[in-house]
Amino acid sequence: MTTMLRSTPSKHARKATGLRGRPLLRTSYDQDLTLANTPAKRRSVVALVIASFVVPFLLTDDLLQVLTLGMISAVGAIGLNLVTGYAGQVSLGHAFFIGVGAYTGAVLGGDPDGALLGYGLPMWIWLPAAGVVAAVAGLLVGPLAVRLRGLYLAIVTLGLVFLGDHIFREARNITGGPGVGRRGAELELFGIDFASMEPISGLSRGQAQFFLGLVFLIVFAILGRNIARSGVGRAFGAVRDRDVAAAVIGVDLTKYKVMAFAMSSFFAGVTGALYYAVIGVFEPGAFSLLLSIQYLAMVLIGGVATISGSIMGALFIALLPRISQFIAHYVPGELLTVFQLEAILYGLLIMGFLIFEPRGLFGIWTRIRNYWKGWPFSY
Amino acid sequence: MTTFLQSLLNGLAQGSIYALLALGYVMIYKATHVISFAQPALMVCGGLFAYHATSEWGLGFWPALVVAVILGALLGMLVERLALRPMVGKPVFTLAIITIGVDIVLRIFANRYMGPDPRSVPYPGGSERYEFWGLSISHQRLGLIAVTTVTVIALALFFRYAKTGLAMRATALSQETALAQGIRVGAIFALAWAIAGGLAAIAGTFVAATGAGLEQNTWIIALKALPAIIIGGLDSIPGAVIGGLAVGVVESVTAVYQPDVAPWLGNNFALVAPYALMFVVLLVRPYGLFGTKEVERV
Repeated sequence: MTTMLRSTPSKHARKATGLRGRPLLRTSYDQDLTLANTPAKRRSVVALVIASFVVPFLLTDDLLQVLTLGMISAVGAIGLNLVTGYAGQVSLGHAFFIGVGAYTGAVLGGDPDGALLGYGLPMWIWLPAAGVVAAVAGLLVGPLAVRLRGLYLAIVTLGLVFLGDHIFREARNITGGPGVGRRGAELELFGIDFASMEPISGLSRGQAQFFLGLVFLIVFAILGRNIARSGVGRAFGAVRDRDVAAAVIGVDLTKYKVMAFAMSSFFAGVTGALYYAVIGVFEPGAFSLLLSIQYLAMVLIGGVATISGSIMGALFIALLPRISQFIAHYVPGELLTVFQLEAILYGLLIMGFLIFEPRGLFGIWTRIRNYWKGWPFSY
Repeated sequence: MTTFLQSLLNGLAQGSIYALLALGYVMIYKATHVISFAQPALMVCGGLFAYHATSEWGLGFWPALVVAVILGALLGMLVERLALRPMVGKPVFTLAIITIGVDIVLRIFANRYMGPDPRSVPYPGGSERYEFWGLSISHQRLGLIAVTTVTVIALALFFRYAKTGLAMRATALSQETALAQGIRVGAIFALAWAIAGGLAAIAGTFVAATGAGLEQNTWIIALKALPAIIIGGLDSIPGAVIGGLAVGVVESVTAVYQPDVAPWLGNNFALVAPYALMFVVLLVRPYGLFGTKEVERV
């Protein structure tokens, strides 16, 4: 793990220039581009990953499922962050792409003998396929995404959610129709059935699914981080900051705007398929505007244009029902029910973070980190 | 032919609701360059103010409408002051998302007040209908069309002749230049939100005066004004009115003909027809029918 995170040229450069002990001094572009560019980051990432593998043995299964779903949504949040945070193309249509992925997964991996369309394909086919089909759907938005920007684009993607909702409701032989729904894909990989209630090689169902979610998140987080720090990510940043200026310096706007939507939709599709495979049963009403807003909240609360922020935001939103249940003890029941409290927390958190801490949870973390970095000085 | 004309008439009445809401969106967009996603909540709240005025205070429909407009305008100003004023100068996307937050919070309180039963405001004349040339229209819809017409003309005159209207136009053109000319831009923002809140309240009151009344899902109606402003162009007032009416007509005509002509589109396609129309218009004209094309400069 460590060797993968460490960049080889930096080791060489340090020896040659005697810069040991000054990890923040960069002497080459390669150093600037490494995945984890300081020793502290390197060690803490490794520690965090090890800690995450210990967590499932300390928590109960129901809490583990919340965390698992949080980690799976984190992948979708990273996807939305790629298009909205990095490339600056505001998308309210994420729910549509998640829906496309969820139904692709359910159809390809579903029961072939059931009442609804299903092909019973294994997970290693339906999971990537869900991403690919969603990415193709993202490509279809391309022509509009290239011609429009800002709030026009936001409203157009909002329209996509409504059209998608209609299609999902009407395509009954695929989706089961409103109020009925269908089962998600079979969650079976390498002969292990993650959906079964019996312990799998000593692990409970919750623990097994947690590991599945964790590995899945690590793979996609590294993929997301690599997209963000490579040339594509820098092109996205240029498009976000000023697309006309980016075009002038030779960034192909059409290519990168379409690419951003396709990549983001790929992440969304994979998330959709896996999320609803873990949940089990889902219905067309799930892919409404509310879902889009939830993902937007993950990005905003976590931190715009950061991968770790997306993960923090997704986990926070996943835990929000728990948090509001906890707070509900202190709010008189006749004032607000738990569900209303949860919804109001969404609203207040979105507003609060944007007004007081626009960089989100990641920004709070940065400030804590800088405090220790600068200690005993305040700046 | 009668069926077509009747659906056209119904569409115009429904479109008036969208036009009022679309005017509110455009008003806020022109003054502050923000799309207010809080408009659905303002509409529902406005309708509830009218409901409260008729059922609790025993007012008639028209006084209740006035009360709703005033309270709606105050609510609009309050939202602007608390949630948007601290954010002046931030990216418009951020502001638009804040209005989503405002919308969620306001709607929770509205739903809390509303409860599970629909709330309706009685319209004088009840369910009586005018009949002419084989067409029929209810009193309530005729009243709606009349009120919309008066409101649109009043707003147009206000922008054309009033000094404040001129100040608003100047602010829409360039906030900093307007500020330099001694226009209180903050007050203009508040006014824009007040007008939008008032317009939403009119729409909400008339929605509450239909047979169905206001219920938990009524807010979706206001989102259909979004394709209306996109079709008309985000910053065009005539565009908002024409877009709103177009959305209403398309919806109503689709509801009548689509089940026979194109059954493969599924049930209730009329509900999403405005969005389909929006996609078609945008592919042809990316800034809507009347919107100003952004000048691109590096």
